[in-house]
Amino acid sequence: MADIFTWSITDATLDGAMKPVLEIVDLQVSYYTDAGRATALDGVSLTLNAEEKLGLVGESGSGKSTMALAMMRMIKPPGRIEGGRVIVDDTDLTALTDEAMLKARLSKIAYIPQGAMNSLNPVLRIGAQMVDAIRAHDPQASNSDIEERCRQALESVDLKRSVSKMYAHELSGGMKQRVCIAISILLKPKVIICDEPTSALDVVTQRQVMETIDHVQKQIGAAVILIGHDMGLMAQFVDKVAVMYAGRLMELSTVREMFTDPSHPYARALISSLPSLDNKGVFQGIPGLAPSLLRLPGGCAFHPRCTHVMEVCKTVRPKYETLPGGRKVACHLYSEKAS
Amino acid sequence: MTTATLARSEVLQPSRLTLLLRYLRRNKGLAIGLFILLLLVLFTATGTATKDLNDAYPLSVKTKQPPSLEFPLGTDYFGRDLYVGMVVGLWQTALIGVLAGALGTLIGVVLGFISAYFGGWLDVIIKGICQILTPIPAFLIQVIIAGSLDKRDVTIYTMAFVVVLLAWMGPTLVIRSQVLTMKERQFVSVAKLSGMGDLSIIFSEIMPNLLPFIAAAFVGQVFFAVFSSFNLAVLGLGPLREPLLGNTIWAANQASAFFNNWWWWPMAPAVALVLILGSLALINMGLDELANPRVRRTE
Amino acid sequence: MADLLEFKNVTKVYSRGLLSRTTTTALSNVSLKLNENEPTIITVAGESGSGKTTLAMLLLGFITPTSGQILYKGQDISRLRGEDKMTFRREVQAVFQDPFAVFNPFYTVDHLLSVPINRFKLAKSKREARDKMAEALTAVGLRPEDVLGRFPHQISGGQRQRINVARALVLRPRLLVADEPVSMVDASLRASILETLRKLQKDYGVSIIYITHDLTTAYHIAKSIVVLYRGAVMEAGDVDTVIKSPQHPYTRLLIDSIPWPDISRRWGETEIKARESELTDHSAGCKFYARCPFAMEKCKIPPPLFRLSEHQAASCYLYGENLQIEAERLSELLPV
Repeated sequence: MADIFTWSITDATLDGAMKPVLEIVDLQVSYYTDAGRATALDGVSLTLNAEEKLGLVGESGSGKSTMALAMMRMIKPPGRIEGGRVIVDDTDLTALTDEAMLKARLSKIAYIPQGAMNSLNPVLRIGAQMVDAIRAHDPQASNSDIEERCRQALESVDLKRSVSKMYAHELSGGMKQRVCIAISILLKPKVIICDEPTSALDVVTQRQVMETIDHVQKQIGAAVILIGHDMGLMAQFVDKVAVMYAGRLMELSTVREMFTDPSHPYARALISSLPSLDNKGVFQGIPGLAPSLLRLPGGCAFHPRCTHVMEVCKTVRPKYETLPGGRKVACHLYSEKAS
Repeated sequence: MTTATLARSEVLQPSRLTLLLRYLRRNKGLAIGLFILLLLVLFTATGTATKDLNDAYPLSVKTKQPPSLEFPLGTDYFGRDLYVGMVVGLWQTALIGVLAGALGTLIGVVLGFISAYFGGWLDVIIKGICQILTPIPAFLIQVIIAGSLDKRDVTIYTMAFVVVLLAWMGPTLVIRSQVLTMKERQFVSVAKLSGMGDLSIIFSEIMPNLLPFIAAAFVGQVFFAVFSSFNLAVLGLGPLREPLLGNTIWAANQASAFFNNWWWWPMAPAVALVLILGSLALINMGLDELANPRVRRTE
Repeated sequence: MADLLEFKNVTKVYSRGLLSRTTTTALSNVSLKLNENEPTIITVAGESGSGKTTLAMLLLGFITPTSGQILYKGQDISRLRGEDKMTFRREVQAVFQDPFAVFNPFYTVDHLLSVPINRFKLAKSKREARDKMAEALTAVGLRPEDVLGRFPHQISGGQRQRINVARALVLRPRLLVADEPVSMVDASLRASILETLRKLQKDYGVSIIYITHDLTTAYHIAKSIVVLYRGAVMEAGDVDTVIKSPQHPYTRLLIDSIPWPDISRRWGETEIKARESELTDHSAGCKFYARCPFAMEKCKIPPPLFRLSEHQAASCYLYGENLQIEAERLSELLPV
């Protein structure tokens, strides 16, 4: 049927407006290393609606990349998903067989990794790689349909049709990244995960790539998760921001709330350490080091570095609760206010 | 995923021995290869200590005896005790292997480093010679040279030399390409900024990182040397009096051992050769995995 | 007043291929001067392909210019020999971008600090060397017992970069080339590393050339800025002025595209004309011609630097009415 392959904005806005398109429930991931068991994700839950953009921030070792891999079920041993569910569009990905998961990848949930441009096959033309991706999911599709889909995908990312005849090394970094975005939207997934998609790119190219992601997301009505540590990018791009620390979610707020009035002390410290044009020369870091995932501190994982630490923080892990107004925080400072 | 620092007092660092044993458990090839080698070494050591080594030479003991308690591997047509023959033959083979291997590796290291680090004309010449010599069938040349030597001049040492002549190109090219990549690494730039001269950089900065490669190249060379010398000996081009493995097979062949029902005669050296080459091959593959992190399998 | 460093009309051209030589101009006619008695921090800003890495390599003496000269304390660095060369080596140091790549994986992290102490004879005994190392490590916020004796893969990226900066502290160079020192480091650590660099300049009199593409960090640490695009100087001057009111179209595009962590300052409406092809070298005129929204006919001839104020200049014909300033005198624009 022709309309599976045509893009329409109506497709996107009609359904999925209210029902969450992604639901992560209590995800637990551990890595079994020579030195012991490291808890990479410790009970993370979040939901996302269609057309929403969520930013997932945290330092290295906070678990944000593990989240992405876990959602794609691409965690390899010695890592293991210990518990929890990842539900995309009513399908629990954690319960699927390996083969079913293969089909789900790219068609339901797509992933753009860091340095994705290095994952393009250097000996195949771009067009061939896109055809490969489609054929892997839909072996019966006709050549003309596939060609049409590829053309539309390239157009969405503002690349000329001639790009499909080129090889990866003939393209610039920004163009390669946009090709990766095009591949990721070929099957109109419901969720697109971008793991630091612009870290290797220049500022101007970065802006171009982010604007492209924004554009395609609106076009296919997908939800986007942007993972990174560049708060600036978050401010420019996302609707909601989730802050992770030591494998746990600390806060989830709208982008406005996060940048004007963050609740969690860690989020607060992050925001105030950002350089801005107003206070030249003032540098503020966060003292201390992120904890080892092998030996998480008791109670709240952030308590050793927290300026508002209380006795209860050292022993009792704060619950991740919803505050009036909608934002979610895991901090004892707010536990009375929670509903 | 980078985990943050673990304060020394918090985490027990496993001892070096434990780490080694754990690695051997993962890298089974290396473990088995080393084990077989150890067995062979023990065999040779106990043999040298307990038996009279002269029994390995002709006219020492009763001829044509099948394996028994007195002669565990039997005796041959010429009156050699094959057990003692294996003991002596094994370490002679090892000697050729190690000599030729060490020499080949040494040439490879020196030429490879010079070629890669200094570049320019030297590189072009050395690389060119290697590339021209590599396709030449080594065995053919070895046979010609060994065949034209006077029988009295053929000793273990000349055999080692003949074998090395066309074996050094491999290590040279491999080490050259490794040094070329290493040279561009940033820690070399930092070493220059820290005031290190070229020679210091070669020996202190680059060489230590290449030790696994050099070790793998060495084992490869030893393998090649053992194999080549065996082939030459089987053709009768070795030092005939010595109980080299290849010699024994040649002699057995000359005397039509199988047809005469002296099956034990060629059997012993054949098994010994399989064991040596097998263990060397396994060690080589194991070292390859150690040297090349991309080949390394995760736990 | 002697010049510590002088870049005199330096051009670097790379040519490839045997039959049909394709040339790439990495740097064209760049001049810079650093005064011995006024240590300062200059930012060389640009994206990839701008020539900033080439500049660093030339400064450190790893490559030689195709034309022009690089003088250290009045002497051409390619002609330095013996003790003068050793002095140059000791006094000109670098902090590189990748915290892991600078460590030799075979040795512990101590090696990075002990080798230069040894080579430049900065300590008279092993004990003194150890003390110096500990002192530098503490100054960057590390506990010596936490990192000494460890291998590079056993410590975090932030710690590694701090050790790199500690190395610079131990050596007390006259000139430090910092090539993207914080771009591979977590945001929360950047602040302290940048603070250490500033301390180096203020308290120890080290001049720093801070190379980056991140103008936000540049703004906070540097006094003056030179903006490069494809090897040519687009704009230069006082960092406050250039970043707050950029004049050259390229600088404007750059500043506009910075993702400010400030929701009231979203990406501007300036259109980005994509770089269609990376491989052709439009070196005939202004390097920015192909992407400039204000491109004119006369831009096919490379524009000289036009002075816009005491501490700002841009090489753009939009300011053709202003006074020209020769490339060699670029340093006059840069405040100290």
